[in-house]
Formats: sequence, structure tokens, C-alpha cells
Amino acid sequence: MNDTSATLRKTSLYSRHVAMGARMVSFGGWEMPVQYSSITEEHLAVRRAAGLFDVSHMGEIEIAGDDALAAVQRISTNDASSLEIGHAQYSVLSTKAGTFVDDLLVYRLADSHYLLVVNASCIESDFAWIQQNIQGIGDAMAVNTSSRYALIAVQGPRALAILQTLTEVELDRIGYYRFTTGEVASIRATISRTGYTGEDGFEVFVPSQGADRLWDALLSAGDGEGLRPAGLGARDTLRLEAAMRLSGQDVDDTTTVLEAGLGWTIGWDKPAFIGREALVRQRETGVTSKLVGFEMVGRGIARHGYRVLRDGEAVGRVTSGTRTPFLERAVGLAYVPREMAEPGTGLEIEIRDRPVEAKVVLLPFYKRDKG
Amino acid sequence: MYPDNLLYTREHEWVEVSDNGTMAQVGITDYAQQQLGDVVFVELPEVGQKFAAGAQFGSIESVKAVSDLYCPLAGKVVQVNADLIDRPESVNQLAHETWIIELELEGKPGSRVGVERLLNAREYGELVESQ
Repeated sequence: MNDTSATLRKTSLYSRHVAMGARMVSFGGWEMPVQYSSITEEHLAVRRAAGLFDVSHMGEIEIAGDDALAAVQRISTNDASSLEIGHAQYSVLSTKAGTFVDDLLVYRLADSHYLLVVNASCIESDFAWIQQNIQGIGDAMAVNTSSRYALIAVQGPRALAILQTLTEVELDRIGYYRFTTGEVASIRATISRTGYTGEDGFEVFVPSQGADRLWDALLSAGDGEGLRPAGLGARDTLRLEAAMRLSGQDVDDTTTVLEAGLGWTIGWDKPAFIGREALVRQRETGVTSKLVGFEMVGRGIARHGYRVLRDGEAVGRVTSGTRTPFLERAVGLAYVPREMAEPGTGLEIEIRDRPVEAKVVLLPFYKRDKG
Repeated sequence: MYPDNLLYTREHEWVEVSDNGTMAQVGITDYAQQQLGDVVFVELPEVGQKFAAGAQFGSIESVKAVSDLYCPLAGKVVQVNADLIDRPESVNQLAHETWIIELELEGKPGSRVGVERLLNAREYGELVESQ
């Protein structure tokens, strides 16, 4: 692995991760911490107290200009026309076939200014695709501003209390999928009540040069609150328990937005967007394959790439699978034929040449208690 | 770090051969458990199954990864550590004391066939250092 490390990108917090003894791995072209101590412990810390994540590898693309809304409307599936300043929405960059270029969050920063947060491994390709597809829209310009930002996530039931000690902004007044700007640890920041863990929490954008200071401040603020740094390993198991799709793995250019069960991200009533015709057609005919959640009934853990069997024949594939630390169950996501997508349906997953019994279950696997 | 009473493979299993050379217990090394991370599942063979030296006898899974288990010496499984079904994390806690299978070794009692290919604690320590 040493020969490739020179070409891997590092976030502003790289030296912090190494100093804290994190195990570093290559992920989407970045050298990132996969775990600091134990994936299970980090996962449980997020469910029970709080976790601190460096997600600076995520990409930021800004679209500005009088016709910025028209540009955003064309390239993403969700309807951004009702998005107010200070609001964010989950959306999809769709191909003409209705499959995924990537998934993303769209933030409305100002009247004619949007911020798109995209996946790390897709930054350059998304940016090129966006530039190409907003040509001719008029006054709309896309800029890849990824290198300007560090992004730090604080997630878990104690996240608000911990972050609140570092800012005057009244965090409990920021609704879910809302954001605001203000100072955190004396650093100018955009504070967003979003995340990828299934817990309450915040994602904080700061200028790259402020990342170390914010990271240190959050670690001190979380001392005594049970806050732990958490790596990509826990991020993956947390998002899977919450049934959030992973771009490039659960959703990609071979699966449509409808097959992925993300029809709610489609603004059917808005003007044309890329992929609309294909998706309208598929809505009429119905999907033949569908992403479902399943739980293992027999002994074994399903993993990405394993086959789903029916009467010994492969009829689908597992896109994500693990034994989740909080639920302590072997679960996963898989594409299966439509007629097998009902919760309760029995499945077989091929684990090292042996069929092992599983069953379709309702998603998400984990839903936090909002009490 | 690596106990002298155990022998080791390049695949990061340890073997403890009984004094009379007829039986052996097999587990994974502390280095292996560290690399795997939190162990959540151990797939065990059936008692009575026979394995050649180097054959896969099971697998071990962490939250993140799956790893095959290889039989260090030829033999017949006489016992599996069924505690690992409910407590796979024992492998993380005490790797060198948590055996996975017990083998009755192939060959004449005490002939120790294949033992010469295994590493001693010093050799294994050097292998780990070089990784």
C-alpha cells in the first residue's frame, strides 16, 4: 500500500488522525481513518453519547447566478423550487436512464446561490458532469470549492449539548435539514443539522485552516460527555443501520432512483430534469427489481457482492451487509425481484457457496427514539 | 508478545501441539485479531471433518472484513470451541488463549508431520515486524 499512498489525498485533519493512532485506509482516493479504537465502540458511542467524524473528504460544488435555481432543477431530481434559504434537501444527480451519477445534499445559501455536497470519490466527475449539463442555462456558474472547506460531523444524542458549548448560535432552533451560519470556537462556520448516522447531530463546515482548532475544541468539549472520534468503519455501520444508501455501492449507474426506493427524492411536478422521462416511464410500468432490507435468519453475515438465490438460481445481489454493532443482528441491503420485496418474504443468501436463510424486513433497521 | 509454547503460520494462526505430539489446538494470533478488528462471527467446521495442512477449515469475520482460517497441520477435528458462537469477541480479548479447533494430528502418534514448516515465536515476531 505504500506505493499508492503518495497519490492519496489527505484532509486538513490527517496529522490529527495519525497522532490519535487511527488506522488509515484508502477510501475514494483519500487516506482516511477507518477506526481509532474499535468500530463497535465508536458505533455505540454515537448511539449512546456522541461521535466526532472528519468528513472533509466530501466534495463541495457551488452554483451561483441569476439562473442558479434552473441549473439545480435540471441536474438534480428533487424539487429545489420550494427550498428556502437556510434549508437543505437530499437529492440525486441522475443519468438520462434515471440511474445514479451520485447522491447529494443541496443547500440554498442565498437567493441565487446553492451548495451541493457530493461524495468524495465523485468530486471531479460530478463537477465535470454538472458543468456539461448546465451549459446553455443562462447565468449559472458552477465552482468546485471542495478544497476550501473542512467538514466535521458531531453525531449522537449528546451532539447538541457538546457543540452548544462552543457557539452562541441557538442550536435547538435549527430544525432537521436546516442550517445557519455563525461562529463555532471563534471560527466562521456553517452549521447544518444533518448527518449520516441515524442520530441527531450537526455537520459543521469551516475553512480548511480552521479544521484543527475546531476538532480540538470539540474533543475537549466532549470530554466527560462520552464523545469519541469515529472513523469510516463506524460511519458505514451506522448509516447501514439507518438504511441510508451508499453511493457507488447501494446506488450507482446501473440502478434507478425508483429501484433504490428513493422515489420521494423525485420532483415529479417540476419542469424537465435529466432522467425524468425514464423515471416517468418506470413509474408507469413499475420496477422489476427493488432495493430491500433483509435480516439473516440462518448463521452467517451477508456482504457486498453476495448473491441472492431463489431455488438455487441467482435472482439478486447484496449491496451492503454486516453485523450491526447496536442491533447486534446480521442485516443488509439487496436488490431483489419486485415480487420478493414484501417484508416477511424468505430469501437465501449465498455465503461461501452455501445458501443461508434470510428474510426481507422493513427499513430502516434502526430508528432513533425521538422522545 | 508471542508465547514460546506456541508455533505459528504465515497466515497468522497459532498452534499448540500436545507434549506427546498427537493433538493440537489452533487459534489466530494477536496480530491477526488486531488486523481484523472487532470479531463478530466465527464459522466453525464439523467435528470429525478432516483437513490437509493448509486447507481452509472455516472463516472469521469482523464488522468490516472476512478472513479465511487455514489448518496449520493435517488432522481430524475432534472438538470445536462452541463458546465462540455466542462470544466471538473472546478472540479479540485473548487471542493466544482462545482456541478455535482441536485436531487429532495425522500420521503416527508423535511423528509431528509438518511441524518443521511452522514458525517459532521469534520467527513469527520477525514476520509481523516486517509487515
